[in-house]
Amino acid sequence: MKHSVAGTGRRARRFHLKTVRAALLLGAAAILVLIASLAFGEQLIKPAEVWGALLGKGNPDHVLIVQSLRAPRVIVAFLVGASLAVAGAILQSVIRNPLAAPDVVGITGGASVGAVAFITYMPSAVSIHFLPFAAVLGAFGAALLIYFIAWKNGVNPFRLVLVGIGIASLLSAITTFMLVFSPAYSASSSYIWLTGTVYGSTWSYVWNLLPWSIVLLGILYFYTRQLNMQLLGDELAIGLGSRVQRHRFILILISVGLAGSAVSIGGVIGFVGLIAPHAARRMVGPMVSRLIPISALFGGIIVALADLIARTAFLPLDIPVGVFTSGIGAPFFIYLLYRTRNNR
Amino acid sequence: MGLRLIYRFTLEAFAIRGWREPSVLYSLNVMGAFDGMNNGRNSTIGKIAGLVAGFIVMLGCFIASVRFGFTTIKWSDLMAVITDYDESSMEQVVVMTTRLPRACMAAAIGASLAMAGAIMQAITRNPLASPSVMGINAGASVGIVAAITVFKVTQMSVLVWISFGGAAVAAAVVYALGSLGRDGLSPLKIIMAGSAMTALFVSMTQGMLVHNENGLQDVMFWLAGSIAGRDIQTLEAVIPYMGVGWLAAVLLSRQLNIIGMGEEAARGLGQRTGLIKLAAGIIVVVLAGGAVSVAGPIGLIGIVIPHIARYICGQDYRWLLPYCALLGAVLLLAADVIARFIILPEEVPVGIMTAAIGAPFFIYIARKELMTR
Repeated sequence: MKHSVAGTGRRARRFHLKTVRAALLLGAAAILVLIASLAFGEQLIKPAEVWGALLGKGNPDHVLIVQSLRAPRVIVAFLVGASLAVAGAILQSVIRNPLAAPDVVGITGGASVGAVAFITYMPSAVSIHFLPFAAVLGAFGAALLIYFIAWKNGVNPFRLVLVGIGIASLLSAITTFMLVFSPAYSASSSYIWLTGTVYGSTWSYVWNLLPWSIVLLGILYFYTRQLNMQLLGDELAIGLGSRVQRHRFILILISVGLAGSAVSIGGVIGFVGLIAPHAARRMVGPMVSRLIPISALFGGIIVALADLIARTAFLPLDIPVGVFTSGIGAPFFIYLLYRTRNNR
Repeated sequence: MGLRLIYRFTLEAFAIRGWREPSVLYSLNVMGAFDGMNNGRNSTIGKIAGLVAGFIVMLGCFIASVRFGFTTIKWSDLMAVITDYDESSMEQVVVMTTRLPRACMAAAIGASLAMAGAIMQAITRNPLASPSVMGINAGASVGIVAAITVFKVTQMSVLVWISFGGAAVAAAVVYALGSLGRDGLSPLKIIMAGSAMTALFVSMTQGMLVHNENGLQDVMFWLAGSIAGRDIQTLEAVIPYMGVGWLAAVLLSRQLNIIGMGEEAARGLGQRTGLIKLAAGIIVVVLAGGAVSVAGPIGLIGIVIPHIARYICGQDYRWLLPYCALLGAVLLLAADVIARFIILPEEVPVGIMTAAIGAPFFIYIARKELMTR
């Protein structure tokens, strides 16, 4: 890859020209998607009126639709996508495998178990706002389990992936078990959640998710150098004085936190954590400090756009966005496998 | 004489051999080269005795499967079903209409999945290959769910073929994806391809079910992998295909031995590897697809059993396949009996049982680094 030589000469500038250009481009795209998401739907609101409605002016119906239905939904979609994308970018860098993603290695599986258990077994008196905690807890549990099982004088990325796949199949069996033995109504709501949807998002969802994203991304900012080290491979990184195993653990935890919180709100929205970092890498190369922000933008746009299409293309049906992202994501994955066919 | 055989077999079966080979992958490569090392497993008498013992165990599980459950069937009733069937006796009707078909299904499906797994491990030379890991079960499931919910197909004879179709698509795609590139079939690549295709198929299944709440509860139990409450016609529609599959697999075992040595070696020995692989692929599709059409995607039998069988009887596919068939039947029969008692009065879908047994096993093998590089 032509950008793999980083840190020399002109390229080491703080504001990498290509990155700035990509960021501007994606930022513009994000704003477009945002406006489109606020405008389109069962009831069309003219893009010109969107801004007024957002500020509470104009037709009261439109104000209601924009302010309390569409705006939170598109923000949640964006945040979920960004979190998943960054989680995927971290995993791919740490595991050094372009095919790693939170859904492949069992992290989303753990979150699903937590959330489905919550939906199924918690009495209805417990507020649904605790659902994110259940999901994050599940994701952390699964990640720790995978990490410690894969531990054998340190964690080898290959083993991590394989153990993750094994645990994922176990977790999906547990999820199915709970679904089969739960009453029909909760099975159905769990199932929709499992498919991945941002339907019915409210502002409280946004407030539930935002702190996670901000705090974890903040921590990640201080870890970019360590994440770059991980890319070099264990021997070289140790030689350069990096405490590879410890940093790997912390980085995986950050990734789990991001993925878990995103899954808790949006359900299992597959393949975003895989596609977005790849697209970003093609634009700005593998340097983490550039890769992460661009991945986040990409992920956000993908989910927001997919949700926009999923809820408008088949009116009056509101297709879960997860079905849609998988439909795009899996062919992309195949393409990736094809492209990386000569790598190990 | 008989006693001595049993004694000898138990000694051989429990002889601590360990996984001394560097890897199953490796030992698959040089199949037969270790024959001198596992002396016990090499003797024909020992292997026959093992098969007989396996058959006895399977028979025991079969009878247990017929007898135990929500109502326990007395021996006298069981005998009466065989000698003179009395339709007014509740127990006998239960045996005839639910227990017997169910036991037959468990045995047939367990055997099919185990054999499919063994064949796949030979062709891909990957110890973690199995119908569930490589997305074949998921492919067959998508076909069936689509047929049932979208196209309202209910005849079993049609569903079987749809299931074959789904399984074949999945197998072809995963194999093609896994073998892209210069170093061909790398184990990690094929597993990645399998798990991606599984994710795709699962999301397609979900897409079809998510707006179909009535269908969900019916299909859900099937999707979890279950052999409860199917009538004998379901099995009757599939068993001819399975039978052909078993027979073909055993006939192909010599070629599988050779292909396990590696592509070049096999070609050097004058084998038409492409043809063998195609035949083996068709067998896998028929066995796994048939099993899924009856019982849904029952996971991980195809990975556990071949390893156990290899431990008992060595690498020779002429012996390995019959052993796999017997042990697969034993595992599914036993898992099914246990599944009835875990949370009375409900039944756990047997697919969940096998996943609970199989996933730790998968991890165990992965951890042993049988397949890195």
